[in-house]
Amino acid sequence: MSWMPRSPKARRRLWVILAVAPILALAVGLSLFAMRDSVTFFFTPSEATAEKAPAGRVVRLGGLVEAGSIARPAPGEVSFVVTDNAARTPVVYRGDLPDLFREGQGVVAQGAFLPDRSFRATQVLAKHDETYMPREVADRLKTQGEWRPTAGASGS
Amino acid sequence: MIVETGAFALVLAFVLAALQAGIAVAGRLRRSPVLAGAASGAALASAAAVVVAFAALVWAFAVSDFSVANVAANSHTDKPMLYKVAAAWGSHEGSLLLWCLVLTGFGAALASARNLPFGLRTSAVAVQGLLGALFLAFAVFTSNPFARLDPAPFQGASLNPLLQDPALALHPPMLYAGYVGFSVCFSLAVAALVEGRANAAFWPAWGRWVRPWALASWIFLTLGIALGAFWAYYELGWGGWWFWDPVENASFLPWLAGAALLHSAIVTERRGALAGWSTFLALLAFTFSMLGAFLVRSGVLTSVHAFAVDPERGLMLLAILGVTAGAAFALFAWRAPQLKGGGLFAPISREGGLVLNNLFLTAAAATVLLGTLYPLILEAATGATISVGPPYFALTFVPLMAVALVVLPAGPFLAWKRGDLKGVGQRLAVAFGLALLLAVAGWFAFEPRKVLSALGLGLGAWLILGALAETAERVRLLRAPVSETLRRARGLPLAAWGMTLAHAGLGVFVLGAVVETGFRVEAARPLAVGESLQAGKWTVTLNDVRIAEGPNYLAEQGRLSVAVPGGAAREVTAERRFFPAGGQTTTEVGLDFRGLDDVYVVLGERGQTLAGQPGWSVRVWWNPWARLIFLGPAIMAIGGLLSLLDRRLRLGVGARRPGAA
Repeated sequence: MSWMPRSPKARRRLWVILAVAPILALAVGLSLFAMRDSVTFFFTPSEATAEKAPAGRVVRLGGLVEAGSIARPAPGEVSFVVTDNAARTPVVYRGDLPDLFREGQGVVAQGAFLPDRSFRATQVLAKHDETYMPREVADRLKTQGEWRPTAGASGS
Repeated sequence: MIVETGAFALVLAFVLAALQAGIAVAGRLRRSPVLAGAASGAALASAAAVVVAFAALVWAFAVSDFSVANVAANSHTDKPMLYKVAAAWGSHEGSLLLWCLVLTGFGAALASARNLPFGLRTSAVAVQGLLGALFLAFAVFTSNPFARLDPAPFQGASLNPLLQDPALALHPPMLYAGYVGFSVCFSLAVAALVEGRANAAFWPAWGRWVRPWALASWIFLTLGIALGAFWAYYELGWGGWWFWDPVENASFLPWLAGAALLHSAIVTERRGALAGWSTFLALLAFTFSMLGAFLVRSGVLTSVHAFAVDPERGLMLLAILGVTAGAAFALFAWRAPQLKGGGLFAPISREGGLVLNNLFLTAAAATVLLGTLYPLILEAATGATISVGPPYFALTFVPLMAVALVVLPAGPFLAWKRGDLKGVGQRLAVAFGLALLLAVAGWFAFEPRKVLSALGLGLGAWLILGALAETAERVRLLRAPVSETLRRARGLPLAAWGMTLAHAGLGVFVLGAVVETGFRVEAARPLAVGESLQAGKWTVTLNDVRIAEGPNYLAEQGRLSVAVPGGAAREVTAERRFFPAGGQTTTEVGLDFRGLDDVYVVLGERGQTLAGQPGWSVRVWWNPWARLIFLGPAIMAIGGLLSLLDRRLRLGVGARRPGAA
């Protein structure tokens, strides 16, 4: 291989670059490609306008579960209202709710808006810690002046 | 009184750790064995003081001393003793004390390591003392677990019931032993950079010294992560075992860096090469550990596993992380160009194979790091709040690792310096052919037919067969008389068996992960008593539901039978437990172990069936080969342990046997 550099050191360096480059390119390429579709945006009900969260796009909706809003319209299905005290979004979810799901508690639901601006959740996240508030929810409630530490301050 | 002793011991430990750092620096500068010995003594005393503090905290939990704020917030008199004790490390303060316990414990072990030369050991003891002082200061000044409450409450708030589980009682100590064990590698790396030995003989010895620590930490971390995944699997009742959640990724990053370090340290030890790279990985592994601690405790990332979150203390951790990692990497940038390169090797060689392994592991770690931190970066840059979901990791980490695993079995066959790819191909041809056959068989055996899953099956088989082929080659199985094979098998170093087991264990894990992910069947429906539900070939019938009383909870206990055509029905119990102390409900999964498969039954809320009768929502997963997911890491850890035992033996004898990998 006459095109190789003469010095063994330079040759080894070339080999390392030849090995690193494709792996690095693969990693970067895959990351950029995957990042396009795997990123989920987070909104509170008042932010989730039709422009920002069009019907059908997968987003996360966060806020408080409105008191008295949990209902079971059909077996295996549950509906509730997520509110940030400025706007409210009705949510329908088919499946079992997490153990720590409760009224007045912070919640994050993943799913998509329907054309009528109600939300169909495919996943409802609740935390292992009963006093834990998802950080996005806490931050937004703080900026909107709705933060009541007793309702769910950060935990122990 | 015992609590005050603990509080005092904690402060004492901090002072001793600070002294340890100071005296060790002085001892190193003056080349004084007396001062160095005093620093080692301080390290032992500091560890002993933390043991006293930790014992005092466990005692306070065991006797439910609610005048201690931490006990009042996390314990309850009704709890079983195991969970009273485990609650000692269930809170932020307690787990930080556990962290300090492991940190000073490893520091004491480092200080009493007899095989290290004076300069390196003294410098490493100084760095370890500095780390200990920083974390102990953090514990003493911001997160004192012994803070009193006045007046003391009559009853405690109880430990989060999800944490009241045997796997989770063990998970934090294992995980922390792994996380913090890397601190010794960190200290040894900083010490090596400070000592700045340019001579070629230093680095092989350094590789030999650092590898047992890396190996031990990696074993603990492997077990800790597997226990955590197992806990999430059967305690959360979500049917899954890995969610690519930030908290899970935080524990996975040091594991990847540690695995890379294990392999690169072999090259450094055997050939003196990759000295700078191994040092870098040693710094990186503990930096990832500290980053993980910061991410988990600060709550900057939204995680489903968030415990003990406190943003302000998180900031302190970030400061510790910035100071220590920043200084270490700055030192690295300054000294690394002066490191001697060591032995040369051809690209196709054992060294080349290990370099390739490192490239893949670090590239994979980089994609995981990017996916974990991207929400933070984007929020800082644009203010948009996002989360990066499992599809990202499935598209980045999985293909990278898949390529790495395809080439893995060839590595151990390559000779040092200059390997023979054709010879390797010939010796692996049988294993490769068998793996291919198994992939085809898998394609036919599993419904629905999936090409990717079949390839994954082949990959798992390829890893196991490739690892076995290497051992078979070494003992000349079937090619030499049986007596010769047996003699060679006895002569194989433990480390060789360890490598075979670790690689085969990885294959076992891949098999389990591929089959479980590709072919799991989920079914859910509200069931009245006597009704049944079909999940794949399994019929699950709700026999009855009764109220049962536990030590500190009330449960709706569902008894269900799991039946398969042509097989016996078995009964499983699935519960919904209500804990009055915290007002929480948890799920106890009913698991029916069927060979390698799990039938996973979750009893949901009481409600109505489709016909309007009262019933319970029941969710069933058929998780084929799920047993292998947790068996694989256990085999890997045993492999690591064999390798570790071999090294200790060899270090004791002080002779290097040829052929030990």
